Amino acid sequence: MTVFLQTLVSGLLIGGIYALIGMGMTLIMGVMGIINLAHGQLMMVAMYITYAAYTFFHLDPYLALFVAMPGLFLLGCAIQKYLLNPLMDVETIIPQNQVLMTVGIAIVLTEVARFIFSSTYLSVRTGYSTKVFFLGGVSFNWPMTIAFLLAVALTVALFWFLLKTDLGRSIRAVAQDKEAAVLMGVNSRRITIITYGLGAGLVAAAGCLLIPIFYLFPDIGRPFTTKAFVITILGGMGSTVGAIFGGLTLGIAESLGATYIGMSYKEMVGLIIFLMVLIFLPGGLKRLTKV
Amino acid sequence: MKRNQIINALLALVFLLFPLAVTSDYYRHLAILALMWVVIGGSWNLLAGYTGQISFGHAIFFGTGAYAAGILADKLGLSAWWGLALGGPAAVLMGLIIGFICFRLRGPYFALATIAAGEICRLIAVNWESMTNGMVGILLIQSFRSKVPYYYLALALAGASLLVFSRAMKSKWGFYFVSIREDQDAAESLGINASLYKNLSLAISAFFTGTTGAFYMNYMAFIDPEVVFSLPYISIMAILVAIIGGVATIWGPAVGAFIMVGIQETFRSAIFGLAPKWVSQSHALVFGLMVIFVILYLANGVVGDWPKIKRLLVRSPKTGDAAWLSLKRGKSERPSEG
Repeated sequence: MTVFLQTLVSGLLIGGIYALIGMGMTLIMGVMGIINLAHGQLMMVAMYITYAAYTFFHLDPYLALFVAMPGLFLLGCAIQKYLLNPLMDVETIIPQNQVLMTVGIAIVLTEVARFIFSSTYLSVRTGYSTKVFFLGGVSFNWPMTIAFLLAVALTVALFWFLLKTDLGRSIRAVAQDKEAAVLMGVNSRRITIITYGLGAGLVAAAGCLLIPIFYLFPDIGRPFTTKAFVITILGGMGSTVGAIFGGLTLGIAESLGATYIGMSYKEMVGLIIFLMVLIFLPGGLKRLTKV
Repeated sequence: MKRNQIINALLALVFLLFPLAVTSDYYRHLAILALMWVVIGGSWNLLAGYTGQISFGHAIFFGTGAYAAGILADKLGLSAWWGLALGGPAAVLMGLIIGFICFRLRGPYFALATIAAGEICRLIAVNWESMTNGMVGILLIQSFRSKVPYYYLALALAGASLLVFSRAMKSKWGFYFVSIREDQDAAESLGINASLYKNLSLAISAFFTGTTGAFYMNYMAFIDPEVVFSLPYISIMAILVAIIGGVATIWGPAVGAFIMVGIQETFRSAIFGLAPKWVSQSHALVFGLMVIFVILYLANGVVGDWPKIKRLLVRSPKTGDAAWLSLKRGKSERPSEG
């Protein structure tokens, strides 16, 4: 029973961060209608920024959030403006070339990181990296708990932004019906740029939160891209609420899979969920809740 | 028509005589690689370019074929050459499973499902160690020291694939494929069994990709999951080969294969040893930059965007107009056949 509870708790904690990653991708999916296959790689860039800030300026990873998030926001805006938006004007036989473009971006980001930092495993070991506290026989890892709480705070902030501010409302309008939004005077190009930046910023936050726990190397982005992608499908394309539940579900499922099936099959759990959702529940969790 | 036949015959002659004229093993190796990509790019093009089912998972079929050959040799003690006969059918079987799952979805969702399917296949190959040796991979001994037999085999494979693709596209099937790409619902309302023809297209595509995979196993004599199930270097490369050459043209992927292998090798060899060494270490970066460049500027490929390229090279006002018109016309009026 303790093992089960422990598994559940660690799944829930990592699930909170997955939700943060998934929400960024879901926003992009909702507004642009594309899957951003460079999502994990953007997180990798944020992690390297955090690492550099920690090594050179001894900046705490949680404070580096304030460097990495704006940095990635700008990077995301630039990617959308100069690489993805021009593709809207090109008419081709393949409608998926924006997705293909994100794969290209992913490769370039990974290789640039490899070029600068080489393939060695790096880590940021803070004083609290291995600290643990217990609650009723279940151990909570401090950095994971902090990360979870910050992820919740960021999620709340994002919802406030989307629901209450003018810009957030414009984003939701474009996601709902692009043409109608344009007719109401929303500059949809600008919205796509901001959305991609926002998605990049959210995943950057996840990167900062994960760095005290994970090793850092250029290829770390790829499994996270896959995860974000599974969450987006699981939650229902473009549904931010769905992404939260998708993230938590994935975290718990992976954690259960790692405990009861085997560590090496952890990655596969997500992908199998993904295929199951596509076959049996197209539309994802959104469909169950009708939110 | 006659002129085309003469050109084809000349091309065939050039390719048949190539290993006699070029004795360097390095260039023969490059030619073999390019011929392999002719087959894979063409297969992708049949499924994606003509039938409109964008696959991001052609590595599934390539890897299945390669592992079929490898496992036959490594576990059953047969010659890996049996893989050449069985790799294709194995990939077709895999293709039908993938098709059963993924063809329930349309458009971008299909593309996404193929990515996930590809990743699952890679993870299975990594984890099923008793069968695939996991990350250690499968190592065999090459049958021939010389590259010449491999070259002619690859050439035969490429020739056969081009023949099959062009025949298929000129037959009734080809029209069904294109009609499914243009509008699946309309095609179905005219009595075309879309599901059957999508699976047919996938099966042909998987067969040739799988056979190439088996050939790769025989030729390179080493495979591991990260090589043959690679998302960027097999699945994306297949898309790139087709795009850079020209999607939905018979010759496009063939041209694209030679361009892609040429460019990749130029950078891998650090521009023939002229550039400093770090250039050769960054060939993966170059690959990524190429993806971006091709999609931004050559989205219809060398064959498809030929007027545009011509206009850039020869700045004559007349061809310029024609190029502009052909670009503006968009996809509906593009010739759907080679």
